[in-house]
Amino acid sequence: MSAAITKHQWRDPAWHDRVTMALLFLIVLLPVGYFAEFNPLVLLEPSSLKAAKQFLVTFFPPAHSAEFLWLAAEATWKTVAIATVGIFFALLIAIPLSLVANQSLSISMIGVGRMCFFCHSLRYAIRWLMIALRSIPELVWALLFVRAVGLGDTAGVMAIALTYGGMLGKVFMEIFESAEAEPTRALLRNGAGRVQAFFYGALPACLPELVSYTVYRWECAIRASVVMGFVGAGGLGQQMELSMRMLAGSEVFTFLAIFVMLVWIADLASNFLRRMLD
Amino acid sequence: MTISFSLHALSVQLGVGTESRLAIERVSLSFAEGEQVAIIGPSGAGKTTLLHAMAIAHRPIAGSMSIFGKDPWLCSDVERHRLRARVFLAPQAPPLPPRQRVVNAVLAGRLPQMNTWQALRSLAHPIDALAAERALARFKLADKLTLRCDRLSGGERQRVGLARMLLSNAPLILLDEPVSSLDPVLGAAALQTAQDEATERGATMVVSLHDVNLARSRFTRLIGIRNGHVEFDTRADALRDEQLAALYGPELSLAASDFTLPESVDSPPKLTRCF
Repeated sequence: MSAAITKHQWRDPAWHDRVTMALLFLIVLLPVGYFAEFNPLVLLEPSSLKAAKQFLVTFFPPAHSAEFLWLAAEATWKTVAIATVGIFFALLIAIPLSLVANQSLSISMIGVGRMCFFCHSLRYAIRWLMIALRSIPELVWALLFVRAVGLGDTAGVMAIALTYGGMLGKVFMEIFESAEAEPTRALLRNGAGRVQAFFYGALPACLPELVSYTVYRWECAIRASVVMGFVGAGGLGQQMELSMRMLAGSEVFTFLAIFVMLVWIADLASNFLRRMLD
Repeated sequence: MTISFSLHALSVQLGVGTESRLAIERVSLSFAEGEQVAIIGPSGAGKTTLLHAMAIAHRPIAGSMSIFGKDPWLCSDVERHRLRARVFLAPQAPPLPPRQRVVNAVLAGRLPQMNTWQALRSLAHPIDALAAERALARFKLADKLTLRCDRLSGGERQRVGLARMLLSNAPLILLDEPVSSLDPVLGAAALQTAQDEATERGATMVVSLHDVNLARSRFTRLIGIRNGHVEFDTRADALRDEQLAALYGPELSLAASDFTLPESVDSPPKLTRCF
């Protein structure tokens, strides 16, 4: 072995970039923390502590009368239903968009390395559509739809469908693009169509990620549907807002316990589905 | 004999910008219908690029090619893609998604002949599992039909990739190192199966091989590639040892000598975002 590389001569060519990125990260992060006026000490001021204590003591024991539990169950069902139907429509939006926007299914790119102008513009337009859909928070969509279709579940479902359609579309597209491209490319090279290549090449490679991300988004949609309940979209949020306004801490506590249980169930479902697919 | 496809002074560039290089340069070759040819040459000589160029997967920067009487890069996108369905390329690393079942991976060879609806229906319930099983049986893998691809060994995966070839009806078959993960006995048998299929189909077949002896014993025509150029294109029985020495360099007959790094390390390759 010739000693062409000595300890002093060789530098990792990636080293410079790493240091730069780390410095940039710090330079961005410090002022951001300053401008957010983040100060955890405000929680420990006597007045805050006193107010919190007064509300917290009313939490015990949690409300558990049959009548209240029935009401809570109904609200829970409504919240879960809004989230589930919302995610279903979000998938209907996200899947076609991510298939069109995704570069690894491009036929015109094979052997050329770049896309035809029309395909490129179309993909760009779809990307922008997805950005527009998800840049508006579901709460804002809900407020808009409450104006349009009135109070009720429809507004919540539509808000989740639009925002989550944009989010799922973006992430699906990234999952497809970061998956091993060779199976898909080999099929395209052998003359298969785009949709065929997707179902025989990309999908089997990405299915667990797609499923677990979708279940995670379903969990987020449950939270979102709770929040939208506060602005009149029905379900747990609406009930919780009433309880909070009446300072019924015990009822609030029961609702909080229900939230935890819902997320726990979503977690179990995700684990189960992943294990089934693996 | 009719010519099924040919390359004329074809050059292919890999990479972009300052890192681009000519992977094959002014290569001219023609292949008769039904001919079986082996490509040999040292690693990095451009064998894979050449096969990909033949498979219409690299647009050449110069020269022209003709497949079944057409130059694919002068055709419309749609017509070019239709030509791709008549060429089957089995890449060196078998392109099998890990969670796919073997039966679907093999039937994927038939996708160009299926419409989208048939392709989807076949995922729900394989349309022609029998054909897939027969194809696997020819590579001694019939019992793997319903297994997942990631449960297979490297050699099994490579043969599944070849079984996919049996399901396509392409009249031009390109195999890139088809037996690189197989032991000599199994490799010879797999190559024989592929060659039999090409003969039955009357297909033209071009195979790149590392094993010079296998290439010499199985093919009547050998093409040697070195640094992106055709070094020789000769009948196997006319191949001389000097030609092989010129192809692989004088070390061919020597014991592997110490590997030495190039003298200059002043300009390391530019890497970005490597973690």
